[in-house]
Amino acid sequence: MTDDVFAPWNDPGQSPLIRYANVTKKFGEFTAIDNVSIDIFPGEFFALLGPSGCGKTTLMRMLAGFETPTSGIISLGGQDMGNVPPNKRPVNMMFQSYALFPHMNVWDNIAFGLRRDGLPKDQVAARVEEMLRLVQLQKFAKRKPDAISGGQRQRVALARSLAKAPKVLLLDEPLGALDKKLRQETQFELVDIQEKTGTTFMIVTHDQEEAMTVSTRIAVMDEGIIKQIDTPASLYEAPNSRYVADFIGDVNLIEGDWRGDTLHWAEGQTPLAVQSDAPVGKAWLALRPEKIAISKDQAKADNAIPGQVIDIAYLGNLSTYVVEIPGGQKIRAQATNARRLSRRDITWNDTVWLSWTSTAGLVLSE
Amino acid sequence: MIRRVILWPPYIWLLILFLLPFALVFKIALSDYAIAIPPYTPTFDWADPSSWGATLGALDFENFQWLLDDPLYYTAYLSSLRIALVATVLALLIGYPMAYAMARAPAHWRPLLMMLVILPFWSSFLIRIYAWIGILSNEGFLNMVLGWVGIPPLSIINTNTAVYIGLVYAYLPFMILPIFASLDRIDPSLLEAAEDLGCSRTEAFWRITVPLSKAGIFAGCFLVFIPVVGEYIVPSLLGGSNTLMIGKVLVEEFFNNRDWTVASAVAVVLLFVLVIPIVLFQRSAERRDAT
Repeated sequence: MTDDVFAPWNDPGQSPLIRYANVTKKFGEFTAIDNVSIDIFPGEFFALLGPSGCGKTTLMRMLAGFETPTSGIISLGGQDMGNVPPNKRPVNMMFQSYALFPHMNVWDNIAFGLRRDGLPKDQVAARVEEMLRLVQLQKFAKRKPDAISGGQRQRVALARSLAKAPKVLLLDEPLGALDKKLRQETQFELVDIQEKTGTTFMIVTHDQEEAMTVSTRIAVMDEGIIKQIDTPASLYEAPNSRYVADFIGDVNLIEGDWRGDTLHWAEGQTPLAVQSDAPVGKAWLALRPEKIAISKDQAKADNAIPGQVIDIAYLGNLSTYVVEIPGGQKIRAQATNARRLSRRDITWNDTVWLSWTSTAGLVLSE
Repeated sequence: MIRRVILWPPYIWLLILFLLPFALVFKIALSDYAIAIPPYTPTFDWADPSSWGATLGALDFENFQWLLDDPLYYTAYLSSLRIALVATVLALLIGYPMAYAMARAPAHWRPLLMMLVILPFWSSFLIRIYAWIGILSNEGFLNMVLGWVGIPPLSIINTNTAVYIGLVYAYLPFMILPIFASLDRIDPSLLEAAEDLGCSRTEAFWRITVPLSKAGIFAGCFLVFIPVVGEYIVPSLLGGSNTLMIGKVLVEEFFNNRDWTVASAVAVVLLFVLVIPIVLFQRSAERRDAT
């Protein structure tokens, strides 16, 4: 690991800013968070990713102080947050609904937290102006929240939560209400602002693309459990389970008997060669669609299986081919459309060969 | 065209049920008292144009002058306004916490709580006020219970205290419902955001909840204040001889003294006294819609 790569989680000398230690949260009989431990380091843009109801919002709300853990400890900068009420925590939250105060204009919304701290008037004004500049909303300072657009409201909410210069900024589905184009622009803006301010960000999202774009590390959650915490690239290239592989991007899973060098996946078919040190036994080969080549003739590759094209999804820059292989399983293979559509040589019902190298896939035993 | 037709019924309603009766009352207020049936002169007959001149000739404002000369009337107006103001404040102080509790109650409780607030409307207003006589009278239910506990009996009936109890009881739902409606609309995440930005719970209540329920507070206060100023049943049933309210004075003038002309003048002035808060209410409602 070189020095210019930001990876404090690999550096044993670094101490975490936020520490969840064996945190469990129950609502009655329902376990929302099940024995979760996470360390988040200063300057990180940390994403909690999972389907709705997986507990990611609960996990964030416990750090803000709106929920109390049933057991376990949450500490911030080494201090146990157990008995600290939300208004005394050095943490600010940007709400999914933005929660802008409708009876106050943009300026007063941003000034709200600063005034609660009893800051002198001129300091409040200076800070609010600075925040308005940061999110480029100087012109809208005197408008009420219902007189600005959704994207502007989102920026006001961001400015308001950053105004007090919190140690940690919590973002609950911050871009959920924006349309796709604006969302993508705002993702980069968020990263930009995070780098400018140096604040530690923690984001809750169900959108894996969003998590991949903005974050330094992602915790993939399912039913109150953390499945894997890793960088976006590692999650994509080295998922530790079928759940993570499937949640992050698109994946083909071929079930079979793993014997240490080959996966025996169907009676009478050539076993698939894979380089992996997974334990032998029942396992799945995880193969990303873009790592599978599709051709009309049998290619020279570590693995090649024939199949029939049953569907083609044309996405413009890419095409996804759905190919039925012996045994009836459907495999998705992706190819870039380097040629014009009219010159494409593979079409429906064609017999084709799918091929990939022995290092393209991953053997997963859970 | 159709849109205009749709607008007619309210205007026709207003004309028949408000403007015409008001014109009649106003005419009587401008007439002179007489020992006759009906007890004023000159009588006016649309069919007989010769009586028009007599009506016009007898026009004067002496009944209104009389209202100013006799201190009974303006003290009654002032006393009505004061009682209505106190009753409104009391209803607000009692109604706001109730509305707040309703808005904060679990969702499956709310229909039941709402039902309990509306339930009294299912029985007659008059009967409910009579029931309060049974509770508050000297040998009534309240003193019976106090007797069991060993507290000396209170004499509440026929005092202003009884009037306030009756008024607040009768008009409380009109305070609770609009406040509940405005509290119910407040996004709970606003309060979390306020806490997150450094407010204590109490501070968040005063800075967020109260300003955002202002519309409901205004509506509730006007809905209580306006009818209470002209209230007659509660002060006449629960109040005593020293409870001075303009509604009571009006009825006494009309039925006991049979002085239709002065009674009509009292009614006309009462209307103008009430028009001011009604206009204020309308304007505040319009301002809210505009923002």
